[in-house]
Amino acid sequence: MIKAMDITVTVNGEVFQKTIEPRLLLSDFIRHELNLSGTHVGCEHGVCGACTILFDGMPTRSCLMFAVQADGHEIRTVEDLGTMEDLHPLQEAFQETHALQCGFCTSGFLMSILPILEESTDLSEEDLKRAMEGNLCRCTGYQNIRDAVQLAAEKMSSGGES
Amino acid sequence: MKPAPFEYIAPTTVEEALGHLTEYGYDAKVLAGGQSLIPMMNFRLAQPAVLVDLNKLAELSFIRSEKDGELRIGAMTRHFQVERDDLVAEHAPLIHEAMPKIATPQIRSRGTFGGSIAHADPAAELTTICVALDGRFRCQSVRGERWVPAKDFFLGMFTSVLEPDEMLVEIAIPPMAPRTGWALEEEARRVHDFALVGVGAVVTLDEQGCCERARLVFLSVGDGPVEAVKAAEMLIGKEGTPEIIRAAAEAVTEELDPSADIHASVKYRLHLARVLARRALEKAFARAAIPGTQAA
Repeated sequence: MIKAMDITVTVNGEVFQKTIEPRLLLSDFIRHELNLSGTHVGCEHGVCGACTILFDGMPTRSCLMFAVQADGHEIRTVEDLGTMEDLHPLQEAFQETHALQCGFCTSGFLMSILPILEESTDLSEEDLKRAMEGNLCRCTGYQNIRDAVQLAAEKMSSGGES
Repeated sequence: MKPAPFEYIAPTTVEEALGHLTEYGYDAKVLAGGQSLIPMMNFRLAQPAVLVDLNKLAELSFIRSEKDGELRIGAMTRHFQVERDDLVAEHAPLIHEAMPKIATPQIRSRGTFGGSIAHADPAAELTTICVALDGRFRCQSVRGERWVPAKDFFLGMFTSVLEPDEMLVEIAIPPMAPRTGWALEEEARRVHDFALVGVGAVVTLDEQGCCERARLVFLSVGDGPVEAVKAAEMLIGKEGTPEIIRAAAEAVTEELDPSADIHASVKYRLHLARVLARRALEKAFARAAIPGTQAA
């Protein structure tokens, strides 16, 4: 019998202490132990990008880490962006450019694009394309997502950061 | 999809990690960045009884250059760190240029330089580049340590010379000779996807502008990095004219024996190998001929 392990993780600024099995994936930990269901689970082998979170500030596939590895580390999920009443400029941009249809991939896109925009809002056409390269979307054909990244960059550079 | 249960150990020193590998042997698996191992565990293709997580080994995360200009990279240095490092860009521009082609940013944030090599995936860029650049790998166990040349390290698909009690701790890349040019060319269905075929070329010219040394190493055409030795020999003593380059590129197919899969037939892979070899050699010769570009 494998013994459970105690971990302490900071998620969206809040400290959580949990006792978990080593084989629990970080994506399942976030969804089932913390009840933060904004992080989606698609392929569970690192291809689709739906489960992307920020791990110590870096965009990371949460399905390709064990929750025990997050002990002592800091995580941001899509819940850390805006609220329904007060969307983050990146979320606003997605809404305004119709950058989602079914929305399954959206939280992954948001968490992949967020650190890029937080680093710089001066993006070339190549940067816009590369901002999306690690995520799959089966609805939009990507053009509207590209437009959303551009609009978000404009919003965030003009001090629209919430 | 859930991985099978395993015992998790996260040592904080290399010594401690090696002790665990000695104790558990074939039952243990080393967890580096986990970007290949965890998918395999999610599919239950891999079911290690014990996982030895190296992510707390800060001593294996470094990039430095030796006095003679040799570049040293710690096995647990993450891809994004190598990608953004000025020392790597200066000493090993081929590695610098290859980094954005390795998977996606979300993988490079976690995946490690040493992990990619030890995994020995025939479709990996770093394994191929290390062979083309005459890299060496430091492998350590409680029995001692040994340096293994990159060309002798890979035994086959996902198989290296590493013993169960041994781990890769450091990678050394020798300084590039003057008048050396390099290139990595590959064809993939998407920029970050596994390449259908790829090739790394490194060419060194003598003072007269003739080729003194040439390496052509392929990925995704066999069980590991595959070197086209005879095609490269055709370049020795020659200038990099379009005719010479084309002849060598045409000849590579004699030395390659790729297999077919759902994405590419044998014929198509051989076609890609010829075209990519020509492009890589053109670029490498051009870079070798321009003074100063070795360190661009």
